[in-house]
Amino acid sequence: MKRNHVTFKFITMKHIANIIAVLLLSLPLLSIAQKDDDIFGMLDSLAKPQTDYATATFKSSRVITGQSVEQMKEGQFEFRIEHRFGAVNSGFYQFYGLNTGTIFLSTEYGVKDWMMVGLGHASLGNTFNGFVKLNLMRQSKGMKNNPFTITYYGAMTADGTKADPTLTNYFADRLGFVNQFLIARKVTNELSLQISPILIHRNIVPAAFDQNNIYSVGFAGRYKITNRMALSAEYYAVYRSKDNSVKYYNPLSVGVDIETGGHVFSFMLTNSVGMLENQYIAQNTGRWSKGDIHLGFNITRSFTFYGKK
Amino acid sequence: MKRIIASTVILMTMSLAGFSQPKYLSRAGHIWFYSKTPMETIEAHNNQVACFLDASKGTIAFEVLNKSFKFERALMEEHFNENYVESAKFPKATFKGQITNLKDINFTKDGIYNAIIEGDLSIHGVTKHITQKGTIEVAKGKIIAKAKFGVKPEDYNIIIPALVKEKIANPLDVSVDITFDPMK
Repeated sequence: MKRNHVTFKFITMKHIANIIAVLLLSLPLLSIAQKDDDIFGMLDSLAKPQTDYATATFKSSRVITGQSVEQMKEGQFEFRIEHRFGAVNSGFYQFYGLNTGTIFLSTEYGVKDWMMVGLGHASLGNTFNGFVKLNLMRQSKGMKNNPFTITYYGAMTADGTKADPTLTNYFADRLGFVNQFLIARKVTNELSLQISPILIHRNIVPAAFDQNNIYSVGFAGRYKITNRMALSAEYYAVYRSKDNSVKYYNPLSVGVDIETGGHVFSFMLTNSVGMLENQYIAQNTGRWSKGDIHLGFNITRSFTFYGKK
Repeated sequence: MKRIIASTVILMTMSLAGFSQPKYLSRAGHIWFYSKTPMETIEAHNNQVACFLDASKGTIAFEVLNKSFKFERALMEEHFNENYVESAKFPKATFKGQITNLKDINFTKDGIYNAIIEGDLSIHGVTKHITQKGTIEVAKGKIIAKAKFGVKPEDYNIIIPALVKEKIANPLDVSVDITFDPMK
């Protein structure tokens, strides 16, 4: 009985005070222990605020035939081979289009990360093509928030066919001009969408009623099915007056992109045989419904002239 | 009453000792990797590594944003983020571990000490327990931690396609160089 009484007294008196002291004094220790458990939370708060730019919205600088918001980075050089076979409805004698075709070769270079230039030649119409692409805004989140990537594309074409001796030929008649804004958003890691209003001006047109100015809006998208493979589609809605000399149709293309290191291979089916804007947008005569479908491919090879240190 | 005072004093000293245990931070740690094959040399640097070191417990941790790795070639950087570490899905690589030979390191005396570090390295959503050797240099109140080790991409579920296999060294050399400042 006595011992119990002592124990009781012992607990009530000093040890309660001791326990309180222990609790109070261990609070700072507890808070440190908590910090240790959440080191990564603390490291997160330590990291400098970042701007996270959307990269690789498309696999290459073209969605299929039309331009994409992608461009060569500074010091990067690309050689591009684009080919469209004949129409699959051309019959067995033309081996369903594979006997014929048109080709477009282009060399393209990133002057700055935001500025790219290119020089090319298309077999169709023996056309020379020079262009500049300027990045105006990059999609980003974090410090800077931008919903879209916006790029300007400006091109000039020169028709290289032999002069018609029955006409007075001015060099200016051979020229065509393209102005386009490419507005794209990488919606998810897989899905990217692009809308691209375009104005094409031709100094000379086939017939008096034909428009010199062609207005059009492009719609394009790509969906990544694996890290190195994507499906893509592209359509240009073209505004035309009813008086054109020839009936033209809007270009629609579907394709697959396959990327292997420094190469991107694109395979597509399209109703347009031309690969320059004044051809595939302004004067495309192919119709999907009639079987004017062309198999085609683009191959790119990238080289790095110099990199960033 | 004496007991209360005595225990209070002891506890306070312990508590204060707990506060004065040095903790160190860095927000500009340097991590880089290097791959050299006859086909290609790949080198990428990250100078924005956030790091923490608790000298009393030997806890060491760092966190790195994959997108902050800078490559000489823009296309490599894009492929690194898009195809290999998949930065959109796995934005960070992290490490948290312990210095196992803490008794051999005197954080109050200048010098270079060998350290054995054991812990969990997470890359591409895969965590591996690793043990590596490194050095801890104590110099005028700063701590410089250095280590160099190999990382095999397949250990972290990073698939290198057969087509580019001979262009990428396996294992890749990863180097860590962090200068810590005392935590305020």
